[in-house]
Amino acid sequence: MHNHSARSGGTMQKATESAPAIEIAGLNKYFGDFQALSDVSLNVNTGEKVVVCGPSGSGKSTLIRCVNRLETHQSGTIRVDGVTLDGSRSALDTVRAKVGMVFQQFNLFPHLSVLDNLTIGPRRVRGLSDTAARDLAMHYLERVQIPEQADKFPRHLSGGQQQRVAIARSLCMEPQIMLFDEPTSALDPEMISEVLDVMVELAESGMTMVCVTHEMGFARRVADTMVFMDHGRIVESSPPDTFFTAPESERCQTFLKQILSH
Amino acid sequence: MRILTVLFLSLLLSGCASSNWGWYVVDPTTTTGANNIRFLLSGLGNTVLLSLTAISISIVVGLLVALPGLSERPALRRFNRVYVELVRAVPILVLILWVYYGLPQVTGLAINVFWAGVIALALSDSAFQAEIFRAGIQSINRGQYEAAHSISLNYRDTMRYIILPQAIRRILPALGNQLVYMLKMSSLVSVIGMQELTRKANELVVSEYRPLEIYTVLVLEYLVLIMVVSAGVRWLERRMQADERA
Ligand SMILES: Nc1ncnc2c1ncn2[C@@H]1O[C@H](COP(=O)(O)OP(=O)(O)O)[C@@H](O)[C@H]1O
Ligand SMILES: [Mg+2]
Repeated sequence: MHNHSARSGGTMQKATESAPAIEIAGLNKYFGDFQALSDVSLNVNTGEKVVVCGPSGSGKSTLIRCVNRLETHQSGTIRVDGVTLDGSRSALDTVRAKVGMVFQQFNLFPHLSVLDNLTIGPRRVRGLSDTAARDLAMHYLERVQIPEQADKFPRHLSGGQQQRVAIARSLCMEPQIMLFDEPTSALDPEMISEVLDVMVELAESGMTMVCVTHEMGFARRVADTMVFMDHGRIVESSPPDTFFTAPESERCQTFLKQILSH
Repeated sequence: MRILTVLFLSLLLSGCASSNWGWYVVDPTTTTGANNIRFLLSGLGNTVLLSLTAISISIVVGLLVALPGLSERPALRRFNRVYVELVRAVPILVLILWVYYGLPQVTGLAINVFWAGVIALALSDSAFQAEIFRAGIQSINRGQYEAAHSISLNYRDTMRYIILPQAIRRILPALGNQLVYMLKMSSLVSVIGMQELTRKANELVVSEYRPLEIYTVLVLEYLVLIMVVSAGVRWLERRMQADERA
């Protein structure tokens, strides 16, 4: 796959600029007999922002879930920051520590306060003290602009606020790469922009991001590379300029017409 | 529940009028009656202690049996199934007799009545606890595991901090049921001589020849005990919900 890294600007990354953050080659993934991913290859450079779109069921979620091994693949290779996901425990731990993920349904821990949702990872995984974890959590809550909600429980927050908490929870683990799986699809329309604003700000800070989303305004604004998937394959992969003005495949044209028409 | 209590009490009161009843054995205004009541109540501590000890153990064992049942490895799941099916099939009374009279022949160690009762009750209940925990854990959304994995929580921490706290809130009513069941089943341990409520009543019946009155008191003892425990469990449920709302 091509890489059009217009603004690879990650200053916080330790990895060499030339090494891709994510390298996926010849990936095949089956659910039983059903092939969800067919020969998928994709490189994401450090600091690059990739937006993945495509019809429902085309394998977008499956693809990014393979990257932090929420799904296991049958063949092909996935390397994250040079570490190959080979099924070993140590590779999995290394990769999960580098990769943060934001889900469509937020998946906040409902029995924990917002603050506890954020501090549980830093305390249990990174071994931070309670005060250090708390400071870290407050820092990221401020970054997603809801520090005043720290002591509330998730169900008392709006969808947009919950998703921002979920983003902050991931950021508290200080990942190098962030995966977003349709982060605004479960939100009421008036809350979409508050989440996208946070994502844009994150993109501008130099984070490597792979976003499955149909928010094309967001895509135009931050994407270095647009990826279109259909039937488990990457059909098109190009910079946004080309992608939106002159998509090569017919399926991609039809798809874009459909989602841009409203 | 309330209706049943009223029915039961009116039945008793109508019985009092009949000359067949000999309430003097438990009449607290007489010395003998008061002593008899004290004797009957003296089994309460053991009934409660026996049941609470047994259920504490069976909850832990039940959880330890439930977890392999949720594993992806067939061998572990099979262990869970075999344990549950086997243990569930043995009547509690048989288990009590087997543990008290049989087990010492295997281990060569005499076992006291209390611990024999605890072991038998806990073992028997653990199969049910395992099923309750399995269902409770399975009812937690897969997204909770995925979120926990995505922030690198290991299996133990995921269970301890994320899954079990949510599962336990959901199974609390079922755990309450099991506690009630346990309190009732502890009466069976009387057959090996455990000095709990039922045993005390049996002994008093032997000396006073007033089974109707004494067993009626025994029924009331269990009724009150279980109503108190049920109220306690409901209070706990409400408090846990309030915790979440706070
Ligand atoms: N756990 C699963 N078991 C079986 N089939 C699945 C599973 N997850 C996804 N699929 C199937 O794989 C295909 C791709 O799914 P997904 O990656 O979720 O698509 P998208 O995110 O693009 O909508 C779909 O046909 C879906 O039904
Ligand atoms: Mg999806």
